[in-house]
Amino acid sequence: MKHTLSVIVENHPGVLTRVATLFRRRSYNIDSLTVGRTENPTVSRMTIVVEGDDVLIEQVVKQLHKLVEVIKITDITDDPSVDRELVLVKVRADTQVRAEIMQIVEIFRARIVDIGRNTLIIEATGDENKINAIEDSLRPFGIMELVRTGKVAMVRGGK
Amino acid sequence: MARDGTVEPCPPEQEVRHLKMKAANVLLRCLQEEGVDVIFGYPGGVVLPIYDALHSSDIRHVLVRHEQGAAHAADAYARASGKVGVCLATSGPGATNLVTGIANAYMDSVPLVAFTGQVNTALIGKDAFQEVDITGITLPITKHNYLLRRAEDLVRVVKEAFYIARTNRPGPVLVDLPRNVMETEIEFTGYPSEVHLRGYRVVRSCNMGQVVAAAEAINRAERPVIYAGGGVINSNASELLRALAMKAKIPVTTTLMGIGSFPETHYLSLGMLGMHGTRYANYAVSECDLLIAVGARFDDRVTGKISAFAPHAKVIHIDIDAAEIGKNFAVDIPIVGDVRQVLEELVPRVEEKEHFGEWHRTIDRWKEEFPLAYGEPREPDRIKPQYVIEQIYYVTQGKAIITTEVGQNQMWAAQFYKFSQPRHFITSGGLGTMGFGLPAAIGAKIACPELPVINIAGDGSIQMNIQELGTAMQEKLPVVVCILNNHYLGMVRQWQELFFGRRYSYTDISLQPDFVKLAEAYGAVGMRVKEAHLVEAALREALEVKDRPVFIDFWVEREANVFPMVAPGESLYNMLGGDDLL
Repeated sequence: MKHTLSVIVENHPGVLTRVATLFRRRSYNIDSLTVGRTENPTVSRMTIVVEGDDVLIEQVVKQLHKLVEVIKITDITDDPSVDRELVLVKVRADTQVRAEIMQIVEIFRARIVDIGRNTLIIEATGDENKINAIEDSLRPFGIMELVRTGKVAMVRGGK
Repeated sequence: MARDGTVEPCPPEQEVRHLKMKAANVLLRCLQEEGVDVIFGYPGGVVLPIYDALHSSDIRHVLVRHEQGAAHAADAYARASGKVGVCLATSGPGATNLVTGIANAYMDSVPLVAFTGQVNTALIGKDAFQEVDITGITLPITKHNYLLRRAEDLVRVVKEAFYIARTNRPGPVLVDLPRNVMETEIEFTGYPSEVHLRGYRVVRSCNMGQVVAAAEAINRAERPVIYAGGGVINSNASELLRALAMKAKIPVTTTLMGIGSFPETHYLSLGMLGMHGTRYANYAVSECDLLIAVGARFDDRVTGKISAFAPHAKVIHIDIDAAEIGKNFAVDIPIVGDVRQVLEELVPRVEEKEHFGEWHRTIDRWKEEFPLAYGEPREPDRIKPQYVIEQIYYVTQGKAIITTEVGQNQMWAAQFYKFSQPRHFITSGGLGTMGFGLPAAIGAKIACPELPVINIAGDGSIQMNIQELGTAMQEKLPVVVCILNNHYLGMVRQWQELFFGRRYSYTDISLQPDFVKLAEAYGAVGMRVKEAHLVEAALREALEVKDRPVFIDFWVEREANVFPMVAPGESLYNMLGGDDLL
């Protein structure tokens, strides 16, 4: 099962390397990892999606806790939360199929951000399911390039 | 002088300037504040400012002959003294030579602070001469590390480094010090009394509900066993462990790292468990209905086949490192906490047992039936290695600090020397580092100059850091090196004998220096013993030497094996060999 960990770390150089080294060293599988600044300039927030059973996730959390620069870890998998991912897809789009693609873009409330002679670049944001769905819908047209940011997440309400 | 000739009062800024000194000097001031009285190190280009400061410092510096020796000596100093060990090396190869020693300290949870020189900050990342990314290299083998980019951070970083190294589960911390930072003049306004690390909290309490549950399980158990590890020693909890065992009459087995946490001469002692543990310890663990793991981590050399480990037991696991709970083995009653603190709460809640039951009679029967034993030598002019260890025990009355190399010598030492105190058996447990024993003996002797220090070595391992004989000579340290010389890389040869059809691939090291002459070439004392009846006299003579190291080259039976043994991947119940014969 995929778990989403929200990890607050010191905003120090090298923290990402420490986290990445830990995952590599202990053979934990990172599904996605995003890191960015927060409202507090002294800390960063990492959103780590990691695949594994409960025993493994418990180990991941405990090992992460041992890193001196990791301040707080929350497993938000089961918490009511908002999560978003952004994807850019370059899709083959000659004139015959362009209208159809634009319809899909409309349905997913995505945006076309570049038009080439035979290609479109589509930008979409949403939760993981939506991004998977748009990826699946565009695949038959021929996806030439695709990049996903990985998930960022925030717990709902006052928590 | 002012223009009118009057003398102006000294402005306050200038007074402050008087307090400024080079960061290298501030570093040594900080070390003194930390109570550091010895540094094991080796100089080089970028650490020149630090060495210049050391020249006029009260801190003792022990000049090793290879940086690996510095790390091991500092490691053993820490293990023997209970303080934080400190080593120092230059950048590049100096720093990388520390790596094995740092990894060794990490695996065995030893508090160590390693300082390395680094090239000037402006040159970092430019592949400068003797530049290496040592913080990157040591990331997975340190508790934490620092690259000090600004001299203003020095005092805080040193404070944090020592704090992190010694608190919770101890471990090594590395601080990388660029040359220009060490030469920067800074103010020393005092050493901080506390640290502020929001991501690092010291474990100061334990879950009392779990302690009560553990006490109940102990009170109900019919066949309990305590399995004690290095955490008991790190936590200085040996007295409490003894109190627990004696109050509830629980037999105690220890890991290699836990040796000395419980007196092996005690009737409740089962000796060591695991791959080369005693049969009775392994049988007791296999048959027990309650296993109390104290400061131990269910290492594969201890458990054998993990699915068959303690199959009938409810398991209590006390450890300060929460990540050790459930890492290798699922337990029933986990208690995260400092061993000492947990035992302080646990012992009063455990019922006093007056009588020994069927369980103790069963164990006594195993002890009688399967004692640690060895036969007569099968070759002329060769001694049984186990006999040498027994004689070392006899001559030192069990009071020496024993360091070991790695392999057969280490296992025989663990089996046949009966340790009764913590911090007296200093061995490379987790990493299994050949070459550890001699520099470790140096570190231990400096920590405990009043105690005899003996390195039990093999002829293979001793050659890995033999240059440290020079260090022991320079420091006039009477450490005794007992080489159990079988002219083989004995443990690997044993595995080849047992599991590879006696195909001795590259384990015959008959071509070797004359260790007696080699010792003498350094100015040390060298002896050779090939007959059992001369062992005791040689040891007594060696222990009389007070101003220099002694090498004793004991020629031992070439194909003696360490038994009993659990073959890799087998269960503890399935042991090979009763004495040293199959």
